[in-house]
Amino acid sequence: MKRKTLTFIGILLACIVFFGALYAVSRLVAPKYHTSPLEGHLTGEYYEEKTAHDVLFVGDCEVFSNISPVTLYNEYGITSFIRGSAQQLTWQSYYLLEDALLTETPKVVVFNVLALKYGEPQSEAYNRMTLDGMRLNASKIRAIRASMTEGEDFMSYLFPLLRYHDRIDKLTGEDFAYWFTSGEPVSFKGYLLRTEVRPATDMPTETYDPKLPESSMEWLGRMADLCEEKGIALVLMKSPSIYPKWYPEWDETVAAFANARGLRYDNMIAENDVIGIDMQTDTCDMGQHLNVYGAEKLSRFYGAVLQKTYQLPDHRGEAAYDADYAALSERYETEKNLRRSEGN
Amino acid sequence: MLFPSWAFLLFLAVLVPVYYLVPKRIQWIVLLLFNAVFVCFAGLLGAVFMAVTVASVYAATRAFDALFTRQRETLAAMKTTHTKEERKKTRLQFEKKRRLILVACLVLNFGILFALKYGAMLGRLSAGLFGGKPFGQDLALTMGISFYTFSTVGYLLDVYRETVPAERNPLKLALFTSFFPLLVQGPITRFETVGKALTAPHAFDGKRFLSASLRIAWGYWKKLIVADRLLVAVKALCARPNVYYGDFIFMEMLLYAACLYADFTGGIDITIGVGEMLGIRIEENFNRPYFSKSISEYWRRWHITLGEWFKRYVYYPLSVSKPMRDLSKATRRFGAGVSRRVPVYLATLLVWALTGAWHGSNLTFLVWGLLNGVVILLSEECKPLYARFHKRFPKLGESAFYRGFAVIRTVLLLSSLRILDCYGTVKDAFSSFFSMFTTWNWGAVFRGGIQSLGLSYTDYAIALFGVLVMFALSMVQRKGTIRKRIMKRGAVFSVCVLLVLIGTILLFGRYGFGFDASQFIYNRF
Amino acid sequence: MEQLLDILRDLHPETDFETETRLVDGGILASFDIVMLITRIEEAFDVVIPAKDIVPEHFNSAKALYALITKIAEQDD
Repeated sequence: MKRKTLTFIGILLACIVFFGALYAVSRLVAPKYHTSPLEGHLTGEYYEEKTAHDVLFVGDCEVFSNISPVTLYNEYGITSFIRGSAQQLTWQSYYLLEDALLTETPKVVVFNVLALKYGEPQSEAYNRMTLDGMRLNASKIRAIRASMTEGEDFMSYLFPLLRYHDRIDKLTGEDFAYWFTSGEPVSFKGYLLRTEVRPATDMPTETYDPKLPESSMEWLGRMADLCEEKGIALVLMKSPSIYPKWYPEWDETVAAFANARGLRYDNMIAENDVIGIDMQTDTCDMGQHLNVYGAEKLSRFYGAVLQKTYQLPDHRGEAAYDADYAALSERYETEKNLRRSEGN
Repeated sequence: MLFPSWAFLLFLAVLVPVYYLVPKRIQWIVLLLFNAVFVCFAGLLGAVFMAVTVASVYAATRAFDALFTRQRETLAAMKTTHTKEERKKTRLQFEKKRRLILVACLVLNFGILFALKYGAMLGRLSAGLFGGKPFGQDLALTMGISFYTFSTVGYLLDVYRETVPAERNPLKLALFTSFFPLLVQGPITRFETVGKALTAPHAFDGKRFLSASLRIAWGYWKKLIVADRLLVAVKALCARPNVYYGDFIFMEMLLYAACLYADFTGGIDITIGVGEMLGIRIEENFNRPYFSKSISEYWRRWHITLGEWFKRYVYYPLSVSKPMRDLSKATRRFGAGVSRRVPVYLATLLVWALTGAWHGSNLTFLVWGLLNGVVILLSEECKPLYARFHKRFPKLGESAFYRGFAVIRTVLLLSSLRILDCYGTVKDAFSSFFSMFTTWNWGAVFRGGIQSLGLSYTDYAIALFGVLVMFALSMVQRKGTIRKRIMKRGAVFSVCVLLVLIGTILLFGRYGFGFDASQFIYNRF
Repeated sequence: MEQLLDILRDLHPETDFETETRLVDGGILASFDIVMLITRIEEAFDVVIPAKDIVPEHFNSAKALYALITKIAEQDD
């Protein structure tokens, strides 16, 4: 009897050591996204938030590059966060929103419509950058199932070791530095700051399907249902980036959808002159994404619109928010100056 | 379902508890049901072919059985009333009936195998000769058909020869034919042993379970760490014969030898381990083959069950068959040496042609098989020469040095033959092989060559480590099985070994999406 | 028996066939030798060994092989 107990304890110990080591190695080989590409770090940063948000932005690169929550707070006292990542597909935005609504209920959700052009999973690497940072719950599992491309393996999303094990010989200092900690955020409430200036030029015309995929429109419908259910105002926005192109047929489809569901739809490309965005100075990559100057202009303009339309409260002067945003603004300004002085 | 898949592991994780929890009486029925799921999962067409094999072999063996009984009764009744000649005539009549049934059953079963294996090739051939659209291009082997056809036909022949009694329950024959671990990479088994073990009751035994897990893990280790890694380089080398020639071929030979060994023995380790987990002993298929001192010895130690099958059911019957004996007698006037060699030579070459054909439908496999036969015959003819050599240097043959030389010579020889396995045409294979002797390009191999094959230096290092581990274990294995020695050290130690195996597979195995950092570079979208 | 031993010794002069009991299992007699052996047995004893009897048990020792030959010879009568 005693012998058996000892054997049992021995096996148990061996298993504990084994799974502990496996966990450690798994964390070590998973990409940290702290230097490049930063986009992979965005999803996880939402969970570090200590204050609530009145506005949530969801979408692809056109949200995390073009809207600055720091400006929204400093100018209007609007509290916000961006749940966007590289090529974040419509259903991924839906599930990231669903995941966020488990812990908070914002007043307004702004969805950037560019991703509607994709009706199918696109790239394994972008899936990873969007989904790996998500906390494990039913939303994550459904998001994985909806996003997997051909040949992908569900288990490897739950156990990152299965996916990243062959990074073992490509480890860098970053992997050890952020082994057991997610470290400082790389974004400013989901906003990735860029200071480069690369003027827009003409891009070659491409063929396109005038019809937006049914599947992505269906996901948009589900997003509208979700917000309606929770009493949240959903706003559709096409940010002012001019590339990739947003075609008139697509614009009409989204406008018709917004009309049918009684939602607000703002196509900002037409408003560029009003906002004061100059595609010679306000873009960091020839018209695809705004740099910090453009993003601040857009935030100033759109903050006013949101505040007026939805009577958003001004949180400036509330101790909890002020402390949070003061520290953030300081880091924001430092980074902006640093990047500017480095010439990018 | 391939061994390295979640589906297979899940299948096993469900089967094993169910198998041991149900009453022993119906254990084999449960196994049969799981086999059915496994077979159907791979494709319904395969299930149909398998059903045809089971039904035809069952019907034929039952018919043999009935004919044997009737023959005995009839002959016994004739004993006092009829002459010896008459009795012999009756016996021959019964034999003829049985032979007819046997031939029909063989034609049906090998016909399916042949059609699936050669259908597409014949379709292209006839289209080339007579024009028109090639037929049968979508014909492909269904899962395990090369293995289970041989196993089940082996049983058919055993019953025909009256060495094994006919099974009365068709479901038991179905269980033997469809036993799932055998459908992936074999081995070819015998109804007498595995078939009987499958239907016997099996109680759970923790030690056996642990020991079986060790064997399965070791199989995966070889497959995922060594074989699947080296396969990338081997495929790259074979795909471009006009780029990779000369010393690249030497490299290809060695990599392929390691890759094939790790893949095939690894797969068989998993199969035998799964069998053991269910309490069923499956025949060994390998006996440290790369330590053979001659090609014929190698073939007694590599893919043992296939060699045994061919010997038992083709080679011996053919060499002692009436036409062969007549041929031997007819050549007696050329001398006893010639007449005695005729059966051996013809049978050897035919068996090797068939072995080649079994491996693949491409002409390269036929040439590969025949060359194996030729090498074996040549070395048999050289035996007196060797004997004279060893008589003169009696100590040399015993020395470790000479044995090492013989082993390396054998490995190089069989690796050279295997080059035929790598290329689509015999011409490519031969020109690649001979380029090794005409082109000296080690410089190109080491300056960029080995990095262009899809493997990093780390990959080569891991594979080399894996090969060294396999080699070291084989050396240790000469003194008895390693698993027994691990198990002797107690359950805790065995579990630790198992966990180390699993951990290294997870970390160093080649599976899933490879990590290509360039995919993760955000390209402005 | 002596005749059989002569044939065996002719094939493998170095082996002591009177005592060896693992001719096949020990790898002394390969399939090649077995077929040669069967041809010579037919010449010497006028006995045809059927394929179903070509199993290791019958060829592992000279004694077992001789017993097989005797058995087949008797059946033929």
